[in-house]
Amino acid sequence: MTRRERRGTRLGVGESRAGMIGLGVAAWVIGMLWIFPVAWTLLTSFKTEQDASAQTLHNGLSFARYSEVSHSTEGTLSLGAAFTNSLVIVLVSTIIVMLLALPAAYALAIRPVPKWRDVLFFFISTKFLPIVASIFPIYVYAQKWNLIGTRTILIVLYIAINLPLAIWMTRSFFIEVPRELIEAAEIDGTSLINQLRSVILPIAAPGIAATALLCVIFAWNEYFYAIQLNFAGASTMPQWVIGHVSTRGNFLAKLSAASMIACLPVVLAGWAAQKRMIRGLSMGAIK
Amino acid sequence: MTAADATLRRGRVGDPFSSPWRRRLPLLPALLFTIAITQLPFLVSIYYSFTNLKDRTQSLLPEPTKFVGIDNYKAIFNDPFFRQAMWTSVKMTVLAVVLSLVFGTLFAILLDRKFFGQGIVRTLLITPFLLMPVVAALIWKQQMFSSLFGILDKVLEFLGLTAVPFISDHPLGSIVTVLVWQWTPFMMLIMLAGLQSQPSDIIEAAGVDGATPFGIFRQLTLPHLRRYLELGALLGSIYIVQAFDAIDQMTGGGPGSTNVPYFVYQESIGGGFRYGSASAYAIVVVIFSIVIATFALRVLSGLLKDEERA
Repeated sequence: MTRRERRGTRLGVGESRAGMIGLGVAAWVIGMLWIFPVAWTLLTSFKTEQDASAQTLHNGLSFARYSEVSHSTEGTLSLGAAFTNSLVIVLVSTIIVMLLALPAAYALAIRPVPKWRDVLFFFISTKFLPIVASIFPIYVYAQKWNLIGTRTILIVLYIAINLPLAIWMTRSFFIEVPRELIEAAEIDGTSLINQLRSVILPIAAPGIAATALLCVIFAWNEYFYAIQLNFAGASTMPQWVIGHVSTRGNFLAKLSAASMIACLPVVLAGWAAQKRMIRGLSMGAIK
Repeated sequence: MTAADATLRRGRVGDPFSSPWRRRLPLLPALLFTIAITQLPFLVSIYYSFTNLKDRTQSLLPEPTKFVGIDNYKAIFNDPFFRQAMWTSVKMTVLAVVLSLVFGTLFAILLDRKFFGQGIVRTLLITPFLLMPVVAALIWKQQMFSSLFGILDKVLEFLGLTAVPFISDHPLGSIVTVLVWQWTPFMMLIMLAGLQSQPSDIIEAAGVDGATPFGIFRQLTLPHLRRYLELGALLGSIYIVQAFDAIDQMTGGGPGSTNVPYFVYQESIGGGFRYGSASAYAIVVVIFSIVIATFALRVLSGLLKDEERA
């Protein structure tokens, strides 16, 4: 579908040039207002602790707080350890999610199983189940099997969190692959693997990438399971950040620097994927 | 009949997935995993809710686990703290969803037009949604609301007004503020998708027929947006009703800001370690969630059918 030129939503404000400029300025003001807490934290992260606590700026800006938080004192969770844990947990869980979701989406979109709609809704219904409804058995069994404080338990749980989303999202990209292409490939006798590789995946690739990225974002930011099941041993980035809140001495600048480090990877990924993100967030219901 | 059903019916000769079971094969790993991790623990939770199970390692006087029938459920209805948590949950969810939906719609309308730096403004607006919820809560707690370092009190003092201890005096309002700040971008993206899916020819025709811009907005745009508003409200509710991170970081529970998930958490792994009675609370929460989810699934299913028709 080719989109004709649109002039956007029209309100009673009219279509005058001055009105348009006014609304543009309003959008900028709101954008600035919304980003302000983040921008302020970014500024704080470059200050000295004294300046940060007093919300002043007498001693200039530097990267010193960043180097302080990345060289942790003995006995506390280090950036390196938390980053490695997060990275391993996020990447392994996302890869497994995609390996489970791609065949499932194939069986729900391209060669649908009987009652595919029910199956699709079963997956999404698990997203509606409150976490507290299943956390105790998971906790009790994780304790029994010595999985508390390991990366394994978080990988398993993050797969469970992201799988319904990934299946819905991948399916919505798969049904966009033109049926004629698949049928033509079948008539030519192309094997299933080759069909996937040469017809389906190239078309769905950007969507699959966006799906994986969204799984990465959710897994990276997850806090509840991380703190409940993982308080020792395999702590992740959110735990590293809250470790900088201190009851003794000034900590605001260091906390700000740690927050920026912890959020940067996901914010960059989200900026890159912002156009496709909405489909994943709406479970594939919105294009 | 949908395209998918058509393929289903046609059946293929020599198709590697022609037999129903081979067709189902690619689905099985995902299905089995999901059942194992989400459905089985839920069944175990139901079983726990009829027992007095406690965490032995956390208890000084371990007592044997036994079946207590519906005692846990009876206790729920006599628990004023649980009622309070339910009420807090409702207030928190409704306030956060409605406010973020209103802001999100307004921002979407502003963004749905060409202006200088449109892409940059959208990027600025979605950023709070990408932050770790824990970081978002800490930014607001330490930089904005804090009585020690907070910007807001500094501004109030500068204006000659008295400082407000935001988090201790308005715990619910403080948490809702953070939730709205993070979820407005989500609503904005959904509403933006809604605005941009509007067929432009109808709007142009109405303009030619002499409809006023406000009339077009009220009679064409708003009805078109209704389903998107519903979708945003329902998806937002699903996530926000489970809010945990902001409460844990900002108030750590306490009167006025303990929602049901946080209450159940405090009863169990957050300190109480009474898995039996906490499970009963959790099951009650599930029953409420099912009611919400039924509506949500209906909306999703409506959108799914439209998509097939298109």
